[in-house]
Amino acid sequence: MHPLNRKIFRDLKRLRGQAFAIAMIVASGIGVLVMSLSAMQALTDTTQAYYERYQFADVFAVTKRTPMHVVRELEGIDGVRTIEPRIVQYATIDVESFPEPIAGSFVSIPENHPPRLNQLALRAGRMPLDTEPDEILINEPFAEAHALAPGDTIEALLNGRKRVLNIVGLALSPEFVYAIGPGTLMPDAARYGVVWMGQKALAAAYDLDHAFNNAAFSLWPGSPIASVLRSIDDILEKYGGIGAIARDDQISNWFVMNEIEQLKSIASIMPPIFLAVAAFLTNMVLARLVYIERAEIGLLKAFGYTDVTMAWHYIKFVLIICAAGVIIGWGLGYWLGHWMTTMYADLFRFPLLVFAPRYDIYVLSATISIGAALIGAIGAVRFAASLPPAEAMRPPSPPAFRHHSSLLAGLVEHLDQPTRIIFRQVFRRPLRTLLTSLGVSASVAVLVASLQWLDAIDYMIEDYFTNQQRQDITISLVEAANTDVVNDLARLPGIQAVEPHRAVAARLHFGPRYRREAVIGLPQNGELEVLHDVHGSRVPLPGNGLLVSSAMADILGAGVGDAVIVEVLEGRRPIVAIEVAAIFETLIGTPVYMEFEALNRTLNEPERTNLLVAVFDERQQQHLYETIKELPTVAGVVLKRAAIDLFDQTIGETMLIMIFFYVAFASTLAFGVLYNNMRISLSERGRELATLRVLGFTNAEIAYMLFGEAAVLTLIGLPLGCLLGWLLAVFMAQGFNTELFRIPVVIEASTYGYSMLVVLTSAFASALLVERRLVRLNLISVLKTRE
Amino acid sequence: MHSKAPANLPSKTPKVTLSARDLIKVYQAGTVEIRALDGVDLDLYEDELVVLVGPSGSGKSTLLNILGGLDAPTSGQVFFRGQQLDLENDAIITEYRRKHVGFVFQFYNLIASLTAQENVALVTEIAEAPLTPTEALSLVGLGDRLNAFPAELSGGEQQRVAIARAIAKQPDLLLCDEPTGALDSKTGILVLAALEQVNRELGTTTALITHNRSISGMADRVFRFGDGRIVETSINAARVPVDELVW
Repeated sequence: MHPLNRKIFRDLKRLRGQAFAIAMIVASGIGVLVMSLSAMQALTDTTQAYYERYQFADVFAVTKRTPMHVVRELEGIDGVRTIEPRIVQYATIDVESFPEPIAGSFVSIPENHPPRLNQLALRAGRMPLDTEPDEILINEPFAEAHALAPGDTIEALLNGRKRVLNIVGLALSPEFVYAIGPGTLMPDAARYGVVWMGQKALAAAYDLDHAFNNAAFSLWPGSPIASVLRSIDDILEKYGGIGAIARDDQISNWFVMNEIEQLKSIASIMPPIFLAVAAFLTNMVLARLVYIERAEIGLLKAFGYTDVTMAWHYIKFVLIICAAGVIIGWGLGYWLGHWMTTMYADLFRFPLLVFAPRYDIYVLSATISIGAALIGAIGAVRFAASLPPAEAMRPPSPPAFRHHSSLLAGLVEHLDQPTRIIFRQVFRRPLRTLLTSLGVSASVAVLVASLQWLDAIDYMIEDYFTNQQRQDITISLVEAANTDVVNDLARLPGIQAVEPHRAVAARLHFGPRYRREAVIGLPQNGELEVLHDVHGSRVPLPGNGLLVSSAMADILGAGVGDAVIVEVLEGRRPIVAIEVAAIFETLIGTPVYMEFEALNRTLNEPERTNLLVAVFDERQQQHLYETIKELPTVAGVVLKRAAIDLFDQTIGETMLIMIFFYVAFASTLAFGVLYNNMRISLSERGRELATLRVLGFTNAEIAYMLFGEAAVLTLIGLPLGCLLGWLLAVFMAQGFNTELFRIPVVIEASTYGYSMLVVLTSAFASALLVERRLVRLNLISVLKTRE
Repeated sequence: MHSKAPANLPSKTPKVTLSARDLIKVYQAGTVEIRALDGVDLDLYEDELVVLVGPSGSGKSTLLNILGGLDAPTSGQVFFRGQQLDLENDAIITEYRRKHVGFVFQFYNLIASLTAQENVALVTEIAEAPLTPTEALSLVGLGDRLNAFPAELSGGEQQRVAIARAIAKQPDLLLCDEPTGALDSKTGILVLAALEQVNRELGTTTALITHNRSISGMADRVFRFGDGRIVETSINAARVPVDELVW
């Protein structure tokens, strides 16, 4: 091996602690980048493969009842390639071992051939036989949640008739990747099931012979989607169509796409922070190394080594550190990416999983980090290359310190000498001070921004489930019924209070913009659903006009006083102009509210309700559930307790694991920055500290002078980090904002506290490691040699 | 100029500041054993200025480091005012250095971030009965450079700040390891004059290592080292004034 290369390895061995810290920061950045990019790619690939193989539809339309012959008319629409007419109904399911009522989506499948669109991945058992109307398939997660297998039975209330259905198979469908029940926020496999039944059997149950109430379409590539949707709506309007939607708005697909967007957001926010810090540290460590070795550099140049050789020598040093970080990061990222993808596979149900991260993710991540490290190395390498041999071999003069301005001088007056040393070190290289403090603050910021997710979620749960939703149970009815049903419900066992609400499918238009959204009617003095804005103050329900969420107002571009065209998509389908009476901010969804009676007047359907919210006595819970399971008019039931538990469980679990990693990454960052700072300080000031020991200062006193500087930098970094963390949280919240959720930027004082504590712990750990070297400082050899 | 004679004690029986008995220091350099000190006995008296001369590696610096509490001997004892020093105990020898010893090195080892005055104040802040930094600096002729940073001082000036720093606490013992080694003769004379003045005015026991035999003239006694031993001790009947030294 060339002696210069041998020197690199010896240098690396000597500086292993610092090199390792830098490599770990590079690894953290690469890890997050590879993790999010590979999970994103896996999710995209898997979804795409799944959608393609199982013919996921491009357009979905819901109607009341459309005769079969209309299919031909729909097929005639320019751009439509295939149409799958079917029946989709909500009905309650009863599983013997489970006390609560379960919401079910019943979807028809053709008897004699597989569906042309939204095909099923049969996971166990077989398809139902057309001769057996009670044979069904259920979706796999639902089966797993209740330990159901082919051969078992479930009961369901179909159109008012209790049916015992025989499970013959388990399936997954691209339509229900994210299987979310009506009125819920998250998939709950135990309380929401998808059931596939033969077309004839389901038609018979719902009196839909020779008719369908739901259609899926595939389009020819490049078809103008907007005009296809319009044409479908035009045809289906007279059959009770409530507006066709494109795949982008299909709920399951929407969630998957949204998750991919969030991964993109992680990939673009976190890694740059780590790589920038790695570049800075590379610069700091290399600059010091070159400075110490300037005599050797001069000597080598005097021997005839070229500037380029010397530059390349130090670049290799950086490349080796960086390469170590890249390789560790690749491994970490691959592993985390796989873990994350598996987690997604659990949340989103895919029959297949494509986890084959493309090599370009690895090439890209390595290129970016090596690029960043080289940028960091430029200054030091250029210094090494440009050092004239003679100058390189001359000893340096003492570093210059500036005299303070009179104001600072006045301040310094009051400090003892050791403190003055700290103070002057901090001010001597303002850029290095600033960058080191920024490095510390970056780790605080990463912690604040990731720990605040828990605060935000707590806040959302509190806001939505405690302040707004005061009911215990929400019951949606198959069809709107007279408000007398309130009294019927009130008589059920354990029910303490009931309120009728109304949800109406509508399309809201304002100018050229439009949006589908249910308009919810709430009673004027209702107590079970109370609207609050994001600041917690109660939003009064206007007597007339719409109460629009700001998210919806933004989508439509409408403000208070503007008249929005409400195109009701059910019943008599009135189209009315309603004024926006007020706008309020909410974290969840894009809701639009109206006063209950006002809404019914608009619909010309007085005293009708299709959504009942109630409070019940927990002791009667069992009895109540059993009764509700028998009610034919019930389409679905949402229990608040279950929803909160699920929210906590699903989000909490994954969040905690992610937070664990971010804490680890942030600690690495803080450790790397401070350890390197202290080591370089020790190297720069070893003589000085040895001198102080000779002068009679104790180990503790010189530790004060060495670590005092790091402590000051940390103390500057902590509050700065809290501020940056807040900014990062705001930025990330914006990145994660969707129409469904707006992540609030809520940061508890304790979150700032924990973040700072983690960084302080890292600071102490690095100080302890450096302290061992400080104690071993060889007084004689340091003093007897020139630096 | 100086008489070669056995080590006679000065006539008025002055007090012993520091004694060393049978000091042996063995270094392990790879597989080779180096006996840096091979049985040194020595007494240093109040008010006296001694010079240690000898070739490189003869043990002068090793002895000075042990006497100053920077290093521990392999065997042997050091007594400070009759009290044995536990040279293995870091707390004790730190305290010893802090209270009683001043050092001056070839390389000045000033704290770059502190001004001349502050470098001295560094020591006076932790000393029991120190001179003021201004007094100490005036003593070495730098009363007008109080606020200069080391980078703004010449080599000789830096060394004089180092001396001021070493004597500001009024140490009992001032140990100087080639204080003029990095200086030209003119500057060297200034530095030696400062040391001589401090010794004379404060009565500090001063031990000075030098390669330059002509400096020996300024000493009360001269120890010549060879192979880890004191091979010769000479007493100067009269100290030669520094400005008369032939460099």
